[in-house]
Amino acid sequence: MPAHDVLILGAGLAGQRAALAAADAGASVAIMSKVHPVRSHSVAAAGGINAAINPADDWRSHAYDTVKGSDFIGDQDAIEVMCREAPHEVMHLEHIGVTFHRNETGALDLRAFGGASTKRTAYVADITGQAILHVLYEQLMKYHERVDRYEEWFTTSLLQDETGAVSGCIARDIRTGTLEIFTAKNVILATGGAGQCFKPTTNGLICTGDGIAQAYRLGAPLMDMEMVQYHPTCLVENGFLITEGARGEGAHLLNANGERFMEKYAPNKMELASRDVVSRAEQTEINEGRGVGPGGVGIYLDITVVPKKRTLEALREIVNIGKDFAGVDITREPILIRPGQHYIMGGVKTDIDGATPIEGLYAAGEVACVSVHGGNRLGANSLLDTLIFGRRAGEHAAQRAAGMAQPKPAAQQARLNDEQAWVKSIIDRPQTGRRIAEIKDELGTEMNRNVAVFREQAGLEHALEVVRRLKEEAKTAYVDDKGSVFNQDVLGAIELGYMLDCAECTVVAAIERKESRGAQFRTDYPERNDEVWMKHITLSRNGGDSPEIDYAPVTITQWQPEERKY
Amino acid sequence: MAAEPTTAHSPTRSDVSESFTLRIRRYDPESGEAPYWVEHTIELEPHRSVLEGILQAKGRFDGSIGIRCSCKAAICGSCGVRVNGQPGLACHTHLDRAKATSRDGVIEIEPMGNMPVIKDLIVDMDAVHWKKVQRVTPWLINKTPIPEREYIVDRESMVDVTQSMACIQCGACVSDCLAMEVDPLFIGPAALAKSYRFVGDPRDAEQRERLMDLAEDPHGIYDCTHCFKCIEACPKGVAPMNQIMRLRRRATGDHHIVDRNNGERHEAAFVTLIKNYGLLWEAELLPRSYGGNSWFGKFAPPAGLELASSLPAITKAVMRRKVTIMGAVKPHKIPPADLKQVQAIYDEIEGRDKRIEYNLYISGRDEDNEDSPQERVEATGDAKSEDNA
Repeated sequence: MPAHDVLILGAGLAGQRAALAAADAGASVAIMSKVHPVRSHSVAAAGGINAAINPADDWRSHAYDTVKGSDFIGDQDAIEVMCREAPHEVMHLEHIGVTFHRNETGALDLRAFGGASTKRTAYVADITGQAILHVLYEQLMKYHERVDRYEEWFTTSLLQDETGAVSGCIARDIRTGTLEIFTAKNVILATGGAGQCFKPTTNGLICTGDGIAQAYRLGAPLMDMEMVQYHPTCLVENGFLITEGARGEGAHLLNANGERFMEKYAPNKMELASRDVVSRAEQTEINEGRGVGPGGVGIYLDITVVPKKRTLEALREIVNIGKDFAGVDITREPILIRPGQHYIMGGVKTDIDGATPIEGLYAAGEVACVSVHGGNRLGANSLLDTLIFGRRAGEHAAQRAAGMAQPKPAAQQARLNDEQAWVKSIIDRPQTGRRIAEIKDELGTEMNRNVAVFREQAGLEHALEVVRRLKEEAKTAYVDDKGSVFNQDVLGAIELGYMLDCAECTVVAAIERKESRGAQFRTDYPERNDEVWMKHITLSRNGGDSPEIDYAPVTITQWQPEERKY
Repeated sequence: MAAEPTTAHSPTRSDVSESFTLRIRRYDPESGEAPYWVEHTIELEPHRSVLEGILQAKGRFDGSIGIRCSCKAAICGSCGVRVNGQPGLACHTHLDRAKATSRDGVIEIEPMGNMPVIKDLIVDMDAVHWKKVQRVTPWLINKTPIPEREYIVDRESMVDVTQSMACIQCGACVSDCLAMEVDPLFIGPAALAKSYRFVGDPRDAEQRERLMDLAEDPHGIYDCTHCFKCIEACPKGVAPMNQIMRLRRRATGDHHIVDRNNGERHEAAFVTLIKNYGLLWEAELLPRSYGGNSWFGKFAPPAGLELASSLPAITKAVMRRKVTIMGAVKPHKIPPADLKQVQAIYDEIEGRDKRIEYNLYISGRDEDNEDSPQERVEATGDAKSEDNA
């Protein structure tokens, strides 16, 4: 039975950074992931990473932009930590090998990004997430004697000792189907977001909210779950992401009349207003009949205004995506896009060290809500979030481990037997239930219809009804695969349960927040209401099967809420 | 540009679903049975991907079909398979194109080659691919002292290594590597491309040591046979073979590493012979590669030994009339005007003070020029990689 000081679940940027930091701090570390680490969804982050590294820039300016981007419900203590530590973190990445693009002097080049008051985004063409993820994995290979890797292991449950502290997990070796208990003094959740609750989404099939639901089931509070980011530029065809870097390099958004309509919505920042603002503007144009393409459901993103040489050098990936997935040469013609689900600002509530209210349980990255993004995340702040709070969680967990003995939870074998029986009961379900894919499809379609850019009471209530019905149906969903080796079917059934928990919390919180702020826009409550709603909504499962609503104050250090204009 | 609402959307695109039949190779390691084929008919728009087809079959008919996948957008590198025998990403292959290249209208999907199959379309990447990556010391060995801020390096050098950084480790190149089929110990295209990412990185302290290692290894950079299969297979334009050639140019041209595999001498002989004669003179190539790059090379003992050991192959070639005695002894001739042109290319390239390596990201295109066909060729220095998709 493996035992470690720090066990990290998930091996994207947050998880790998946490593992390296914990190992550097002297802890014995294991990192576990249901996919090979380089398949983690951090790989899809394209545009870059924000840091005030230009001597003329200041981390306070970055922090203010982030606070404003969050529509003032980001916690300012956490935002300060993130922005202050950002330059150092980017330099660290540079030192371990990330091939950041340079300017003519050989120093890091910076590009413009949405909601930022200056150019502060370091980048590797438009494969920044991939470059950083692969470089961190290079480091994990270098650390192979210090960090144990469990690749393609699926966590089925978190374990607690008698005091309620987290003491490890039970996981299934996907290759063999064997369940095993992993003991750990600390567990760091780094399992990413829950974009698969929506259809379409820019998120990979693996983004099923595993860690969020596992923490929630243990009683950890979730926060800001109503805040779901729709990215302004996703392919109409299939929801694939076109990086914000395109607009950062100067691309325009055009409606059916050929107008740069952002003039009306954000005259100062235009296409580089924050994402919630741009997505709403696009959706308004579409809803009011000025959309383009078949059915008028899209908007043109015109990249032809960017010099061709620059496009080929800095936006190479979307040249390929345009060509391969939309049949469009973006250097010659505009491409059809629309807002699409991209990111969840909410997640497991943590402090600035990644610690959750449950002893021994940490969270970092999209699974967590620190909250640095509040109502709306700025582009290129997510990579930063994963790395800063991944590192902090790793360091903090290593410190905590140093002063304690390895937990010895009682009745382990019995617990393992129960888990085995549970998994077997899923595999053995009678063929009378609905198909997993069908339930998932209905969930995604419903969420994208009623829990999207614009929301209102009746639609949200409908969504809640659907989610709760699907939760019942998921309990009997049929599993075709009866085998042990790579039984992805049974894992899909478990993931479906995770997704439904996440979706339920999102809808409940969206119904609760009766105002419009950041990504939550209620057509029935179109104004921001600081008097009542300058607070976070938290949700916990205190014994029952549905979430209990509570509130948490917003931490304000130096920036008072003001009207938000771009 | 003016955006006419009707111009930009691809006019050839059909939004109507069609039926496609997939023939998937299944293998259940727990059954004790051999692999077998299963067919499923799915309904999708023709420009959707083979992966989406497989997912529909999995979702509607049989959840037990095993395939790794996540992003569906050719970035996570999970869904490497062979479609109609061609390696690539299932998400990066359109259904209509796959149908058009099939033998009998049925799209055939099987696991990648050169790696053991775990189940259905899932192969053991650890046993082959990742082991080879681990072989090339796949992390930066920092030049010291490490600066307080970033290393100040040439702008082009970072863009240059970005092409190998663009590798998503999908294994498609490994699947189709002919050299690896013959020599399973060959380090292989993916790992060598990874290696170039360090050798080409000015922040790495051990470029020469890395090159030495790869040149001296009998399964290293000189084991590649230029078959171009990896370039065709790569869905990301990394063009692994080109990275291997870059490693060779660095090893020979920049570091003058004379290796025990005769790689350096072979390259030098090649260059000299083409320069002198305009065409390859095979009979002269072998002795020079082993004995040294001059007319006297054939009298060096290693050349004699190699010639002796190659005699059976040479005899066979003569018997089958692949070569003639006279053809071997005399150099091939081309018209003097053509030879002059060949030599002009040499003068042009050798006259440059710096080697220019175009890649995916470095296009050599001027900002405002409308591109002529010629420019398009230039713009894609790694020409093959550009058009394989």
